[in-house]
Amino acid sequence: MFAISEMSSMRQNDIIIIGAGGIGCAIARELSRYKLSITVLEKECDIAAGASGRNSAVVHAGFNNRPGSLMARLCVEGNQGFEDICRELDVPFKNTGKILVAFDDEDIRILKGIIAQGEQNGCEGLRMIGEEELKRLAPGVSGIAGMYSPHTSIFDPFAYCVALAENAAVNGVDFCFDSEVSSICRNDGGFIVRTADGRDFGCSILINSAGLGSDRISEMAGVSGYRIYPCRGEYFIMDKVADKLLDIPVYPAPKPGIGGLGVHLTPTMHGNILIGPSAEYIDDRDDYSSTAPIMDKLITEASELLPAIERRFIIGNYAGIRPKQAPPGEGGYRDFVIKEEETCPGLINLIGIESPGLTASMPIARMVRDIAEKKLDLVEKDDFIAERKTPPRFRDLTEEEQADLISEDPEYGEIMCRCQKVTKREIRNAIENPLGVRSITAIKYRAWATTGRCNGGYCLTRIVDMLVNEYGMKPEEITYRGKGGELFSGEVK
Amino acid sequence: MEKCDILIIGAGPGGLAAAVGARKAGAGRVVILERDVSAGGILNQCVHDGFGLIRYNEQLTGPEYAVRAVDEALKAGAEILCGHQVIRISEDKTVAAASRYGLKRFSAGAIILATGCRERTRGAISIPGSRPAGVFTAGVIQNFVNVRNIMPGRRVVILGSGDIGMIMARRLTLEGAEIRAVVEVLPEPAGLSRNVSQCIYDYGIPLHCSHTVSRIIGKKKLEAVEISEVDENMHPIQGTEQIIECDALVLSVGLIPENEVAEIAGVRIDTRSNGTVTDEFLQTSVPGIFSCGNSHRVMDLADFVSQQGELVGYNAVAYINGSDMKPWEESRGTSMAKGFPEPDTVTCTLCPNGCQIRFDGEKYEGNHCPRGVKFAEEERISPKRMVTTTVKTEDGRLLPVRTDRAVPKESVRDVVQSLKNISVRTPIKCGDIILRLTDASGETAAVIASSDMYQLLPM
Repeated sequence: MFAISEMSSMRQNDIIIIGAGGIGCAIARELSRYKLSITVLEKECDIAAGASGRNSAVVHAGFNNRPGSLMARLCVEGNQGFEDICRELDVPFKNTGKILVAFDDEDIRILKGIIAQGEQNGCEGLRMIGEEELKRLAPGVSGIAGMYSPHTSIFDPFAYCVALAENAAVNGVDFCFDSEVSSICRNDGGFIVRTADGRDFGCSILINSAGLGSDRISEMAGVSGYRIYPCRGEYFIMDKVADKLLDIPVYPAPKPGIGGLGVHLTPTMHGNILIGPSAEYIDDRDDYSSTAPIMDKLITEASELLPAIERRFIIGNYAGIRPKQAPPGEGGYRDFVIKEEETCPGLINLIGIESPGLTASMPIARMVRDIAEKKLDLVEKDDFIAERKTPPRFRDLTEEEQADLISEDPEYGEIMCRCQKVTKREIRNAIENPLGVRSITAIKYRAWATTGRCNGGYCLTRIVDMLVNEYGMKPEEITYRGKGGELFSGEVK
Repeated sequence: MEKCDILIIGAGPGGLAAAVGARKAGAGRVVILERDVSAGGILNQCVHDGFGLIRYNEQLTGPEYAVRAVDEALKAGAEILCGHQVIRISEDKTVAAASRYGLKRFSAGAIILATGCRERTRGAISIPGSRPAGVFTAGVIQNFVNVRNIMPGRRVVILGSGDIGMIMARRLTLEGAEIRAVVEVLPEPAGLSRNVSQCIYDYGIPLHCSHTVSRIIGKKKLEAVEISEVDENMHPIQGTEQIIECDALVLSVGLIPENEVAEIAGVRIDTRSNGTVTDEFLQTSVPGIFSCGNSHRVMDLADFVSQQGELVGYNAVAYINGSDMKPWEESRGTSMAKGFPEPDTVTCTLCPNGCQIRFDGEKYEGNHCPRGVKFAEEERISPKRMVTTTVKTEDGRLLPVRTDRAVPKESVRDVVQSLKNISVRTPIKCGDIILRLTDASGETAAVIASSDMYQLLPM
């Protein structure tokens, strides 16, 4: 807490959103329809730096969650509208369906229970499939039976969050990165939020979508009692050569109480199958390390589901951390908390938004809007821009279209990332992103360069060359993932 | 659609020699497509010496070898198109390549894949730990340090004792970094013995064999690595961990044939090595598509790659003419001495044999030719080294340079230091004198450009 008299030139907003993950971005985008001043404060250098950028990239159907829960209702609603929002914002999306695999009669019993639960939640089309249909829908996958979910889909979570944030920014939302909140105090019916570097932001409504930090933000605002238990999930990324092995997400029948969905295999929009995640409670909220025992476990369990998967296909790994409310002993899930705090009017808390948070992000955003509407007069803008177009992606085009594109813009003819066929124009678009984020990961997640089998061996030198020679950066200013992650010590001579 | 007899993909040593071989065998139009902005391939960033011992019977640096190889291909009448990335290659031997000048299509009588290799990555070997800034492969570091004038760090650990790793250990040392450890999972260094001698021993760099990096530490920026001894299955042994603080980790953990383009063509790839599967004439599973050099199988020396390239050029023409092809002898290409030099010997670097020569107080043994005696004697009494490094050009680029003769080993650092603060004006030709080194007795050596460098045109 700090005294008001210390305040420097404070920026006053109607709404401050803390956290630029998928939820914060969705809320920002939804509220940008209205005549409001909105600032998003994010402690990292870019959007989607936490769980939103570190998951299985699946649009869930909603059968995993307890009937009557917010999780179930918002997930089903989110699933139903997901393709539309992806079309509106030009985000890669593919309806693949999904299979839960049974290895024995006990699994079949569990899957039948899941169908019953899913139907209660309003999921459509769930059905058991026999071994023959299993082999037809997912050739090469083990198991004696399965459950088929037709409305599960895959999408690109980075592109989704980028699209939400950029669209929000176009509609007037201010994004502040490297802005970790250090204290919050009440002021005249509203809040004053101070960042670690001493900037102050005032607002009437404070929205806490801080993910792993949401319990701490709530406490800073004066509402204690929440606790987030970080639960890490590790993943492997497979080479494109393995892509043909699978075109539908396959999960094991869930074991009760594990607090995750079990190690599964998911095809991605980019042609790299994912394996994971594990579920392991850890103490540190930002320890995204991978560990040797889990790495072994992932490969073992994945090859039980799909025996053709081999270690040699691995091109990378990552980890995400679930912001769980369920403590280690309890396991499973506790429902999302999405509400205005009675004891702290104006504070809208979003706590424990783990999976299926991204699927549910738009309904969550609308729920937050409904809460805000009771506090503020929401007047729609006349000039709200709902649609967003992503510039063409060279590798998705036909050869004729590629030829045309190069003749329009020669930089589409310079392929800088050879694994993912990303051109210089696409890299330039990513460098010049509207949110003004300057890091290698900003380029990675927007243009998808450096993500292939050579891990940037070919394109990193070329991208850095561009940043130095065309954008005037010094080598020592170039970071991998924001300040503190400098890639180089300087020039050689 | 442009027509040509032979279309070659890649203008590294393999592709350039293939063009020479094809033209010598009577090919009409020979086109090389190169994705980089200039020809020469990875040779251009290999500013160290050790190239050309077989092909030219000389000690050349990588850029010098590239200058010769490019010159030979051009003189033989090949066309080299830089900045062209192949995006399609079909079984009927038509090819599409993207460049800033448009999407060009070619139809060829035969195609030669000379696409080189890539490096095995951290991702592929699954090193546990965090994923901070500061972890690179050795070839990437070589490019940053030797071509783009960017230093990765000041305290460096190198995982893997492949040749590029050891060469970069020396290179980074000479540019002022401290190599805190070279860590090798095998009981012996993986690279050539001569590199163990001249890159590791010469600079007193700590070498930990039968060890691996068992964990990477540091959230945003690399802070340290944990290294562990490994058992016979190469698994880390618990209780042997030690932490080494560093700001860069450089991986030299193997090279993998680069066959992205071959995959598009439907060419059969060996799933274990990732090399192309060919017959003895280096023809792939698709008739009329050939493969040579590191994209076929990773070789020890560029010289071998050139030899194979020349042969494959000949065979591609023979394919078109329906005449007899020549087989490649599989024993060539990976014959060099590797691992620890034998104790109390010197590794002769005059030719690729790498003879390990011992002096028993009276006579030398282990040498296969008389030159070895002279080399070993000099190495015993006053060892000398060729100095290879870079100097800055006035327009801010780096020019590879070397001394025109070997200089006393103890003066290598001084020579590199004396070049730190000078800059040269372009254009410059390979062989031009940059600086004369003198002592009281006069000129001791000259520093010469080891590549051509053209003037940058004003934008």
